[in-house]
Amino acid sequence: MNKTVNQKAWFFVTPVLILVAFNAIIPLMTVVNYSVQETFGDNTFFWAGVLWFQEVLNSSRFHEAMGRQLLFTFSILAIEIPLGVIIALAMPRKGPWVSVCLVLMAMPLLIPWNVVGAMWNIFALPDIGLLGRTLNELGFDYNFTRQIGDAWFTLLLMDVWHWTSLVVLLAYAGLVSIPDAYYQAAKIDGASNWSIFRFIQLPKMKRVLTIAILLRFMDSFNIYTEPFVLTGGGPGNSTTLLSIDLVKIALGQFDLGPAAAMSLVYFLIILLLSWVFYTLMMRDEEQ
Amino acid sequence: MAKITLSDLRHSYMPNPSNDEDWALKYLDLSWDDGGAYALLGPSGCGKTTLLNIISGLLVPSHGRILFDENDVTALAPDERRIAQVFQFPVVYDTMTVFDNLAFPLRNRGMAEPEVKARVNEIAEMTDLTPMLKQRASGLTADGKQKISLGRGLVRTDVNAILFDEPLTVIDPHLKWQLRSKLKELHQRVANTMIYVTHDQTEALTFADKVVVMNVGEVVQVGTPVELFEKPQHTFVGHFIGSPGMNVLACDINNGKAFLAGTEMKTSNKADSKSGKTEIGIRPEFISFADEGLPVEVTRVSDAGRFSVVDVMHKDLAIKLLVNEGENIPSEGAKIAMKPEQSRIYADGWLIEEASA
Amino acid sequence: MIRRRSLIPIIYIIFLMLPIYWLVNMSFKTTNEILGTFSLFPLEFTLENYKTIFTDSTWYLGYANSLLYVMINTALSVCVALPAAYAFSRYRFLGDKHLFFWLLTNRMAPAAVFALPFFQLYSSVGLFDTHVAVALAHTLFNIPLAVWILEGFMSGVPKQLDETAYVDGYSFQAFFVKIFIPTIASGIGVAAFFCFMFSWVELLLAKTLTAVVAKPIAATMTRTASTSGYELGLLAAAGTLTIIPGAFVIYFVRNYIAKGFALGRV
Repeated sequence: MNKTVNQKAWFFVTPVLILVAFNAIIPLMTVVNYSVQETFGDNTFFWAGVLWFQEVLNSSRFHEAMGRQLLFTFSILAIEIPLGVIIALAMPRKGPWVSVCLVLMAMPLLIPWNVVGAMWNIFALPDIGLLGRTLNELGFDYNFTRQIGDAWFTLLLMDVWHWTSLVVLLAYAGLVSIPDAYYQAAKIDGASNWSIFRFIQLPKMKRVLTIAILLRFMDSFNIYTEPFVLTGGGPGNSTTLLSIDLVKIALGQFDLGPAAAMSLVYFLIILLLSWVFYTLMMRDEEQ
Repeated sequence: MAKITLSDLRHSYMPNPSNDEDWALKYLDLSWDDGGAYALLGPSGCGKTTLLNIISGLLVPSHGRILFDENDVTALAPDERRIAQVFQFPVVYDTMTVFDNLAFPLRNRGMAEPEVKARVNEIAEMTDLTPMLKQRASGLTADGKQKISLGRGLVRTDVNAILFDEPLTVIDPHLKWQLRSKLKELHQRVANTMIYVTHDQTEALTFADKVVVMNVGEVVQVGTPVELFEKPQHTFVGHFIGSPGMNVLACDINNGKAFLAGTEMKTSNKADSKSGKTEIGIRPEFISFADEGLPVEVTRVSDAGRFSVVDVMHKDLAIKLLVNEGENIPSEGAKIAMKPEQSRIYADGWLIEEASA
Repeated sequence: MIRRRSLIPIIYIIFLMLPIYWLVNMSFKTTNEILGTFSLFPLEFTLENYKTIFTDSTWYLGYANSLLYVMINTALSVCVALPAAYAFSRYRFLGDKHLFFWLLTNRMAPAAVFALPFFQLYSSVGLFDTHVAVALAHTLFNIPLAVWILEGFMSGVPKQLDETAYVDGYSFQAFFVKIFIPTIASGIGVAAFFCFMFSWVELLLAKTLTAVVAKPIAATMTRTASTSGYELGLLAAAGTLTIIPGAFVIYFVRNYIAKGFALGRV
């Protein structure tokens, strides 16, 4: 589109700017404020400089939470993206079943996150949950509230259950936008199914897959509610991901300084990653 | 290369067609000779793309057979029929280079690399793609991409026919004639059977040796461009071809003679009163102003460069005629004369053929 | 006659339905039965749990509260996003690319970072425990999303439409309301859908910013789970009921789902 230069466009953007700035800038300023000050709880503050930042960045608690977070994020990406693509490829492209499939698949996406956590909690309970009971009957010694491996397994399974559909829907949207002529030409050219996937489908899905990876990466990095309701961060702190840890420190312990410093570090990491993805996406669109 | 025969072909997209309108192709019995250049011409929705897809194998006809030479290929898949198809918009494999695009059909069929290379270079030279062989296909312009599509069709040595489905639709007008001439040139070099589907008469008439005119699922006329112009078998053909198209004027038959709003007209063929809805067809090129003839009133003059298109009215008949540049257009008391040998009577749209001249 | 390839979506959908089925199953059982026996169907089918929810105001108000702030948020986010998206789509202005990026970063921000600051902020402006507070808080994420989606759809509408309208004598407001908005109606639907979705499902901020008056259903559920021991049947019924608005909304936008998930940019 040929956009005209018009500085008055700022008026159009003003309402958005006000609302988002109110919600983003003021709180962040508060956070920055806390991150460089120390208090002894009596509402007097002292300048602390980089004290909190040093403490956070050096704390093993933070490193462990970060480690768990990275493990979680990369695991779910490794599962959800390929799985979503495979399911999208297998879905019918036309016909009455398309709507049925899409509606059913979209359902997990619209369930409040605490219900997702609660649902899986109930589902996975070792003796009275369908999953838990079945696994134990099959001979596995399964208890997600006591065993770390089981907790991680359940956590990952829950996220796959919750979010794979997003990847499916995005990939599907990309697939159906491919005109029939491409498949027809490939048939005439004698291409194999793998060639069709590699040279036609995958390239055409590049944009939607980038969006899918971006969204899943960010959202999983920020995840709070579902794991919190499912395991509470446990057993112990084995499933305490970054957000859960942060909320514990901020709202639970009211350690303003460390919480603020951790928030900023957390946020900066996200910003950096967003920038990387954004640049990738914009570059792709310009092509 | 092969001779293509369509035998008793009919197609409907519905499982249980009940009436005429349910059939996309009503009835076809045609054959095309080996190595010819043919055009399928007709307005949108006339069934030409359906027919093309049946020939290429992307669609199986609900009735009838297709034969390549003597072989019945009706049930064969597209890649088994050895045809190539160029689509309306460029279909290229974006992630591959131009070279790999052209090589793709050959490599899929297991051809050895040195042969692939030789063949691709040959085709690239024919389609003026040689300078771009190493580039990624996605970087080319629309006409470049269509050339790749075309090249992919030509690159195979065992092709029975090449089918074109309105391939110049996305091309800029000033490049269209370039590609058109290129196609004609290629046809002369390669001598493959080429079937070209279009709704543009200029493309059809310049490209093809023989044109099949279609309308509403039926073949209306098959002939050389000259035949179609000079002797349209159907009012549709007359109207569709030529710019402006043929005049189709309602007439009455009395004692075997044709009457246009009461005035007797001499025509090259005769009809009798049982003929149904009768019309006279005559091209604007064969009407001129004269001292004696049908009295008309001039309503509009459109200057088209070397000639002008003049709209006239005789009673309530609207007639168009062509007047050369510089010739006088009378403002009052105008009369027109129609050449009898180019006036023909059509009954229910079809030309009435004489048993004897 | 099921083709082999269709097995994949079928198995996946069964997988998706299992935990939901289990939840619904439990919602019709008494807590005793849940803790005592294991059965695929309620042996003693009961509507007690649902009755509690429909009669106890702490419960049904929770739904009302959630729906209220979700709707306020959706309306607000979309309305505010429309002119902004138009600006991004049609104009270039100083800082436009940076502004767009900044907006997107807010969508990506961890809610946890904002939990405490929001608590303090909204308390200090006297909005604590109001629907407006949650609605406003959620706009941090929803407005960028709405702008992103709407901009994608708007960019698909050529500027010639705008220019033709001006030539025809429309004022900008008339053009926007009478011509432009109907043209991008499906985009508005998609944006509204996503706003609804993200606001409906969010827990952390909704819980942090409310106490009693505007308490969302999610908070009621989590409080029940921790304080009154394990009232699993009640919890299951409450959860089942939260699925219904979502299912409803999906059904209405089912024709736009595939298109919408492309965010208009595919």
